[in-house]
Parts: sequence; C-alpha cells; structure tokens
Amino acid sequence: MPSLAAAGLTLLPLGYLARRATEQGWPVVTDLLGRQRTLELLGRSLLLAATVTLACIVVGVALAWLIVRTDLPFRRTWAVVAALPLAVPSYVAAFSWLAVDPGFEGFWAAAMVLTLCSYPYVYLPVAAALQRIDPALEEVSRSQGLSALGTFVRVQLPQLRFAATSGALLVATYTLSEFGAVSLLRYDTVTRGIYTSYRASFDRTPAAVYGCLLAAVTALIVFAEYRTRGRGRYFGNAPSRRPVVLRLRAWRWLAVALPLTLAALALAVPAMATVYWSAKGSSSAVWDEVITAGWTSLRFALYAGVACAFFAIPLGVLAARHRSWLSGLIEQVTWVVHSLPGLVIALSLVFFGIRLANPIYQQTPMLIIAYVVLFLPLAVGAIRASVAQSSPGLEEAARSLGDSARTAMRRITLPLALPGIGAGTALVMLATVKELPATILLRPTGADTLATQLWTATSVGRFAEAAPYAAAIVLVAAIPTLAISRWSRSTSTLEATQ
Amino acid sequence: MGSVLSSSIFARLIGARRTVALIGIPLLTFGVAGCGAIGGGSGDADLTIYSGRAESLVADLITDFEDSSGLEVEVRYAETPELAAQLLEEGDSTSADVFYSQDGGALGALSKEGLFTKLPDDLISAVDPKYRATDSTWVGVSGRARVFVYNPDEVEPPKSVYELTGPEWAGKVGYAPTNASFQSFVTAMRVLAGEEKTREFLIGLKQNGKVYEDNGVTLDAVEAGEISLGLVNHYYLFERQAEAGDTPLNTQMAFAEPGDPSSLINVAGVGILEGSDDLEAAEEFVTYLLSDEGQQFFATTTFEYPLVAGIDAAEGVPPLSSIKGPKIDLSDLDDLQATQELLAEVGMI
Repeated sequence: MPSLAAAGLTLLPLGYLARRATEQGWPVVTDLLGRQRTLELLGRSLLLAATVTLACIVVGVALAWLIVRTDLPFRRTWAVVAALPLAVPSYVAAFSWLAVDPGFEGFWAAAMVLTLCSYPYVYLPVAAALQRIDPALEEVSRSQGLSALGTFVRVQLPQLRFAATSGALLVATYTLSEFGAVSLLRYDTVTRGIYTSYRASFDRTPAAVYGCLLAAVTALIVFAEYRTRGRGRYFGNAPSRRPVVLRLRAWRWLAVALPLTLAALALAVPAMATVYWSAKGSSSAVWDEVITAGWTSLRFALYAGVACAFFAIPLGVLAARHRSWLSGLIEQVTWVVHSLPGLVIALSLVFFGIRLANPIYQQTPMLIIAYVVLFLPLAVGAIRASVAQSSPGLEEAARSLGDSARTAMRRITLPLALPGIGAGTALVMLATVKELPATILLRPTGADTLATQLWTATSVGRFAEAAPYAAAIVLVAAIPTLAISRWSRSTSTLEATQ
Repeated sequence: MGSVLSSSIFARLIGARRTVALIGIPLLTFGVAGCGAIGGGSGDADLTIYSGRAESLVADLITDFEDSSGLEVEVRYAETPELAAQLLEEGDSTSADVFYSQDGGALGALSKEGLFTKLPDDLISAVDPKYRATDSTWVGVSGRARVFVYNPDEVEPPKSVYELTGPEWAGKVGYAPTNASFQSFVTAMRVLAGEEKTREFLIGLKQNGKVYEDNGVTLDAVEAGEISLGLVNHYYLFERQAEAGDTPLNTQMAFAEPGDPSSLINVAGVGILEGSDDLEAAEEFVTYLLSDEGQQFFATTTFEYPLVAGIDAAEGVPPLSSIKGPKIDLSDLDDLQATQELLAEVGMI
C-alpha cells in the first residue's frame, strides 16, 4: 500500500506538466509542437540518447566479458575501477574536459562524456549476469565446433539481453533528462530547451509542453522495452562451477588497453582537472565546510536510499513475480518520470508541496520525497532483476512445506533479493549525492550539500574553491559505487562456490 | 537436495547480515531525523530572502543588515531564474518576503504575474526612474555596465561593438555567451538593431572570438595576453585591481561611442512579495539596501554602481552619469527566449 502511494507520488510531475502545458489553451500547445525547432530538439535528444545507449552497451558488455571471462591482467582491480566512473557527476566530467580543451563541444563531446559517466549502468548488471551463466552451455557449444567468439555471440549474448537492456534503459532515460553536461558542452536538446524556457522567458508553458513531449517519447521507449522483455524466464539453476575463463595469451596485454583507456578518460581527466583548479586559483575552500557538506550529502543520500528501497521492494517483487497491467503501468510511469529533468520534477513538487504539505515544505522529509520521485525506478529495477533471477520454484517449495505466502516472501524471496535491495539502495544514494536542481529548491534553508557548494563556487568562477567539493562528491559517491560492484560480484561468488 | 538448498540460503543470510545492518540502521535514523525536522521547522526568522545573487557577493551585506536591525534573516540562494520559477509556483503561499534578483528581467516577469506588492514611493524615489519599475513593484539597488576590457599595447578599443566582426579582430576577442549580462547585451542589440543585424554580428563574433566560461575568465585571458579584448561587466576589472594591489594591470577598460548596445547598464534589484507576512521587516531591508551604508557596500565591496543619487562609485570607476548607454527600457529585456534561441542557432550556447 505505501508503495502504491509512492508510485502515485511519481504521477505528480506528470499531472503538473499536463496542467501547465494546457493552461494557455490547446492552440499554444499545438503551435509549439508544430515548430521546426521543437522537432529539431527532439531529434537531437533522441540521437544523443541512442548513441550514448549503444556506446554504453558496446563498452559495458565488452568490458564485463573481458573482466569476468578472460584472464585479463589485474582483473580484480579492473572489476572495481570499471564501476567507479558512476561516481563522477556528468557536469564535473564536462567541466574537466573543458579545462583540458576549451573547444571541446558539440554532439560527439556530449556523447563521449555521457558514455564515460554512464557505461557502468550496463557493465555492472552484465558482469553479474556473466558470472551466473551456466558454463555447461558454453562447453556444449564449443564441443559442437563453435569458436569462442561464436559461442559468445550465439550462447552468451542472448542470455545477457535482460541485464543489458535494463542497464540500457537507465542510460537512455538518464541521457534524455541530462542537463549539466549537454549545456556545458553546447549541445542543444529538449532538456536544454526546457531550461532555456524557464531561464530566458520565465514562461512555464513551453517548458511544460517540452516536458510532456519528453515524457511521451520515453513512454514509447519504455513500452517497447517492456514488450521485448516478454514473458521469458530469466532464472536458471545456479551454476555448480566457476565460469570458464578464456586464455587470451599474447592478447592479454593488448586487452588491458580497454579498461586502461576508459579509466584514463573517465577518472584521470577529472582528477587532473581538480588538481589543476586547486593549483591555479587563489580562492580556497574551508575544510570544515567541505566536511559538513559531505556529511549532509551522505545523510540525505542514506535517507533517500532507504526510503526508495522501502517503497521499491513490493514494487520490484510485484514486477518480477506477478506481471499484470497494473504492475507494468507503475513500472513504466516511474521510468517516464526518470527521463524528466530534475528542475521540472522539483518545480512540480514545489507546486504540490507548498499547497498540500506545507508543514514539511523546504524541510528534510519533503526533499526525501523528491528524491523518491526522482530515483525510485533505480531501486525498483535492481530489486526486480534480482527477484526475477531467483527461481519461483524455491518459493513454491516453501509454500508446499506449509509456509504462508507472507512467510515464504520473508524467508525465501527477500533474502534472495538482498543483493538487489542493497544495489538499489546504493544506486539511489549515488544519484542523490550528485543531484542538484531539486536539492537547491527543496532543501531545508542553510543545509548545504557537496553539490550545492560546488554550484555556489562555480557560479562565481571560483574554481579552486570548487575543486575540493568536486573531489568530495566523487569520493562520497564512490562508497555506494564500491558497494554495488561488491554486491553484484558477491552474489555470483556465492553461487559459484556452492 | 534439501540440505544444499537451505545451506545456500543460510550462506546468503550470513553474507547479508551486513546488508541488513546497512539498511536497518539508517532507516531508524531516518525516522528519528524525519520527526525532528518536522518538529524543528523553520520560518522562525523575521525575514526570508530568496537571493539570486551569489552568497559570496551579498552574504556580508546581509550580515551587516542583521547587525544593524537586530532582525534574524534567512536566505535561500539559487540561480535567479530558478528562484523566479519557484516563486511563480509557490504563489501567495510563499515563505519568501523579498526576492533579490541578479537582473531586472526576472523582477519584471514576477511583477507581470502580480507577485509583488507596491513599494512606498518615499522609499524608492531616490533611485533614478530608469532603474526601477514604472509601477513601483521593484527597485534596482546596484548597477553594472558592459565594457570593453583591452590590452593597450596590443589594440585600440573599437568605437562600436560591430567593428569586432572585422578581419583585423580575428582571434583577438573573448566573450562569455552563457553569461546573463552578455545575453542582456545581445537582447539590447536585438531590440535596437533587429534580428538580422544581430545574427550577422553574432556569426562574425563567433568567427573572430574565443568563448570563455564567464566574465572573470575572459578578463584573465586578456590579462594573460591570450586575447586582446574582452566583453565583460565593468566591476571585474576593479576586483582584479583590488586583488593585485599596487601592481598595475596590463588591462584597461573603455566604452564604445554613445548609444552603442555594448555599454548597456543593467541592475540587480529587489521586490517585496505580495504573500509576505513580514512586510515591515521586508521594507526595512529595502531601506537598508538603499541607505548610505548599503549603497557604499556596493561601491566599495562589489565595485558596482550605487543607484542612489549622491553616492559615488569607487575611486577610478567612471561615474554612472558619464556612460551613454543605449536608450532602452530595462523591462524590455525580460524576454531572453529569442536571444537564447538565436545564440543556439549560431552555435554559441
């Protein structure tokens, strides 16, 4: 029940958008939608989302395969390093690249930065799935004469589809809603159009019409993904052995180039830029303030992570076990909302919050509600995936031995889903630490987070003062990131050692 | 089979104990902190200000006001347009008493929606009518001029900003297209010269110029010899000079001939919200901003122009009355949409 309420909350932004879009009458809406610029922006948004998603799938799958299934040198280290770019906010990455080359701009610049920041969304679930695949299938394939590559394409890849598409959906919706990097790197998208409309003309109608457009397009993408997911079964018997490791021989050292290049581009560039800003500028941050802001960020992230997990568990179980039109609808709505820019969601909650929840408006609970609306699908997705991978046969066995449905859920389903619950919580924490627009408008007065402090410093060009905050965001966000990569591996190791 | 199954679940549970702790403990904290926050609440302050001006610029000013008035002030900082949007959504229920905006455009937009209450005439009459709303709903408190900063060893400043598109300026000009003041200047050009001429100018400027993140970085580039001329706000040069102390800078500033859009003067200002329940305190704040003390703060600390007659700008800053900017109504600059679309079209932002 509380979960349905939470799912209902995610409808608020859509209701708000519909209201604002139509308040000046339908002719205004149709006129805006019919403009050439609107179509251009939509085309550019979709092109970027498609490119980034595809690039993330290629990079994420290749990296996961190298790390899990080959004798790549230092694979344990790479397994951790490969997930870390998730901790780097896209706006920090974009700033860093601009520090290296002020002319770094346009479509390819934006596509590259967004790919570097979001490929772990694909890498992590695919790596976990690769460890779970039963090696027996591959042995059969190899024994029938298929090459290693052929086996990968025809046997492993189909089994990775589920993991890869869930990550891809995350990347696609994130790219559609992203503002910081596309704006810094001067690539015009629908989201940027929404910000321009608020910032330039203080006119909320075009912003809302664009928001509705974005929501409608995402709904199509999400629906398509939902349909292709189909009614396939994604659980199998837990493999009895460790996955087969392919010997790369001389290619080993060449293969290292991939994780090494990614780490250099996604991690070393921001690190270097941070050092450069610190060294160059005359301003400096007060360490006490960095620590206070870090603690505030961490606190909000914990609340948000726990709140999202709490609401997401029933939704995730429902989506995995009892597919119905309702569970499907709820899931799709949360994804659609995830594709909306943070500012739109923040303003919709300003609108409803001040009218319906005035006592908590601009208080911590209201901010946490905003985070739930923004990030619920991250937790639902992770929990759904882990429930779907455990066999319902286990629950049936428990039921046949006399457990009630509730007890079976508590004793079987939830413990099996724990890694997913942990990963979902961590994903939300990670996103919360990096979040800016909703935090700024809805935080309790005077509560400075790392992200708001970074904004405070950069908005007046004090880059040296900003540097420690940028570094601290990455460090704090690295904690949940490490937890995610650990959980996704520990599940598989457990299974492999049974 | 059964034992294998249960032992595997057992193994998971042991492995998961830490997870449970990780989730459970914060859940408890969440509950406790949540209740605390509801109980504590804010709104205890005598005055709530939504400030679109940066904390680093105005925090000291607000502290000075607290000291002199004995009032407790709460300030929420964000970008001016975001706060304007928030105030539009909050409507009359807002807890804000005063909106302190970085530019006149946002004040004009909120005034149009009827969010501001009228300011008493005796309070704002000291400010030149050019720099306040005709219906007295908002008042400018400090001004900034757009200027050329240039290296006199390298170039002579142009008479008009349009000259900068000529071939002799190739690679020598710096500007910050995402900066709100730059966009106001482009808007002024659109109002004065029309879309077509502005587009031509922007295309020419893009070819000749280098893009910087903001005014400060643009000025630094002139100072470092990377470029010869920059389009910035006047006070950056004086901030740099104050930082450098007695060491002379390589950079000087100049204005174009009278009426040129490049010498636009824009203001930061305030309005009192219709929904304010601390009207007296709000008016006291506006009075303070326009008092000698408040105006001196702008002159000496931010090197902006005081807008109250009789108070001079900082030493070395050319007097406001000497700047012959374009004849334009600041409230005509509230529609930046077309400007931003134009800037996007030519690929500047």
